Amino acid sequence: MVDLSTHIGSLVLQNPVMPASGTFGFGWEASKLYDINRLGAVVTKGTTRRARAGNQLPRVTDCPAGMLNAVGLENPGAEHVLSTELPFLGTLYGGPIIANVCGFSVDEYAYVAERLSQSPHVAALEINISCPNVEGGGMSFGTDAHIAAEITRAVRKATQKPIFLKLSPNVTDITEIARACEAEGADALTLINTLLGMRFDLQKRRPILANTTGGLSGPAIFPIALRMVYQVYQAVKIPIVGVGGISSARDVIEMMIAGASAVQIGSAALVNPAAVTDILDALPAELEAIRAGSLWELIGASQPPGNRFINHPAKTAVLAGTPVISRFVVRKEI
Amino acid sequence: MNNTAQSIYTIAYNVQIARQVYRMRLIGDTSYIETPGQFANVNIDGLFLRRPISIADSDGFGLDIIYKTVGEGTTRLSRMKTGDTLDALVGLGSGYDSKTSKRPLLIGGGVGVPPLFGLAKRFVKAGIKPKAILGFQAEEDVILASELRALGCETVVTLDANGKRVTDALPEVMGECDEYFACGPIPMLKAVFYACPLPGQLSLEARMACGLGLCQGCSSSDVRGQRICVNGPVFPKEELAW
Ligand SMILES: Cc1cc2nc3c(=O)[nH]c(=O)nc-3n(C[C@H](O)[C@H](O)[C@H](O)COP(=O)(O)OP(=O)(O)OC[C@H]3O[C@@H](n4cnc5c(N)ncnc54)[C@H](O)[C@@H]3O)c2cc1C
Ligand SMILES: Cc1cc2nc3c(=O)[nH]c(=O)nc-3n(C[C@H](O)[C@H](O)[C@H](O)COP(=O)(O)O)c2cc1C
Repeated sequence: MVDLSTHIGSLVLQNPVMPASGTFGFGWEASKLYDINRLGAVVTKGTTRRARAGNQLPRVTDCPAGMLNAVGLENPGAEHVLSTELPFLGTLYGGPIIANVCGFSVDEYAYVAERLSQSPHVAALEINISCPNVEGGGMSFGTDAHIAAEITRAVRKATQKPIFLKLSPNVTDITEIARACEAEGADALTLINTLLGMRFDLQKRRPILANTTGGLSGPAIFPIALRMVYQVYQAVKIPIVGVGGISSARDVIEMMIAGASAVQIGSAALVNPAAVTDILDALPAELEAIRAGSLWELIGASQPPGNRFINHPAKTAVLAGTPVISRFVVRKEI
Repeated sequence: MNNTAQSIYTIAYNVQIARQVYRMRLIGDTSYIETPGQFANVNIDGLFLRRPISIADSDGFGLDIIYKTVGEGTTRLSRMKTGDTLDALVGLGSGYDSKTSKRPLLIGGGVGVPPLFGLAKRFVKAGIKPKAILGFQAEEDVILASELRALGCETVVTLDANGKRVTDALPEVMGECDEYFACGPIPMLKAVFYACPLPGQLSLEARMACGLGLCQGCSSSDVRGQRICVNGPVFPKEELAW
């Protein structure tokens, strides 16, 4: 058996594949489509302090290799998520649950993080400072290193659970934001969220999306996500969760070679609900095809020698001859 | 466990039946189809998102879809040939509940008529002959009227070209009916909603991504935030916020 296990800091995953926030609802929707217990971890829909209805329709449109969405953080609010959605998800799924947190002020991020960490079902929080589809919140926080740092600091104080800061690609230098989050105590980084885009209706001469702009996701953004993961890997020591355009087992492997310790799959699973299970089925053979005995040994494998493994403690320890997590088999480099 | 309704269908035929309107028969698994009014979400080469199309008719061997070429996706679909294969998620959404009515009235507009055809067949099978009012822009756009008449349904066709709307035909037709079942463009549905006092079930449309309730891409204020793809596309009249 090929070893598919990995870990993001202290969080151990049976495999690196999880759904991306916003493409998995709160789990029960997807549980009707496939066995969600095969997922390495799950990530819930972005949650704010109060319920939000989201944007007007149309909220989605597409292009040949991706889609635009402007859902606008529709969610039932922190209290409902805490009292109803998370306990229910806990009955459906046995692995780590990562709760995605969003807000419109530093206080709101801290509040929602504090509330959701009360749930015994939550293993970690993913702090979305990158949603492009709402006015005045989300992405505007993730494009300024000072505010990103401030949110990380406030959330760090509000919870003992691991926090993953989810970064926006709509910035000039993502490494600057990544460093700011790391400095304030982020345990990991998730990257990337969607890229701001538009489509127009030729007849009406108007934007198709009611929100005017939307976030681009899907295969079109895969090379950008890879580049950003690769760059951020060199800038920080904390682990990275890679997301953006992944749609096959080979994409998962490529993302890990770029530097991700785990991955998320969003849009691909919206158009092909069997995508995640197909990917998990295909991973062992794809690893064998490139003569890799495990996935974790590939994390950051593309990085220049000086940069390799710096953000992957287990690997660093393995190389030093002292495995932290003993069930990781020590293997020679290929 | 893998109970996604995704499978591959073979096109038996794909023929033009009216101006810009095509009828396609797909051979393959229909075991997920439960009620008329459910839809298929079809994958079209060159487009990322699937396109939702109502199931017009189905049997143990396959299903029929009837669609209008309004953009890139439906135009590409119209170019597909007999023997080509199509990847579709079939049996999505919740359709019409036909058990609540003994004297049904079907009200359809344009390519909103197809799901009502499947519904009419369901009624006829149960020994009930629905009445129908179908609205189109002009004579060249009329679909399924003769098929409905062949099923024994009293069918009135109204044409915009003659200055007539489906709601104009309501007074003469709705008399003995106990419930209406509507599908068509939103302005038509709204007009019916206000003009027809009978209980009703209405099928809504929206651009959608997954069609499976995962992405909230089609949550609509028309139905108080419910998702058109899974909570609908058919909604009882009471659930509409008009
Ligand atoms: C549940 C459901 C059932 C449907 N059943 C049928 C059917 O039986 N026959 C049929 O012809 N059409 C049906 N539609 C509409 C059909 O999905 C759209 O016409 C199609 O998606 C357009 O794709 P396109 O790539 O050709 O157009 P695009 O290039 O994407 O858009 C062209 C035009 O179509 C409109 N449009 C795009 N997507 C939708 C959509 N999902 N719903 C409504 N309008 C849309 C746009 O506003 C635009 O004006 C249904 C839609 C839904 C949601
Ligand atoms: C419909 C939709 C809704 C999303 N909602 C959220 C959200 O609530 N919170 C969040 O952090 N990211 C959200 N995202 C972004 C995804 O989690 C992911 O970062 C992005 O789609 C790129 O991955 P992909 O190309 O695999 O889809 C959403 C994406 C889509 C398509």
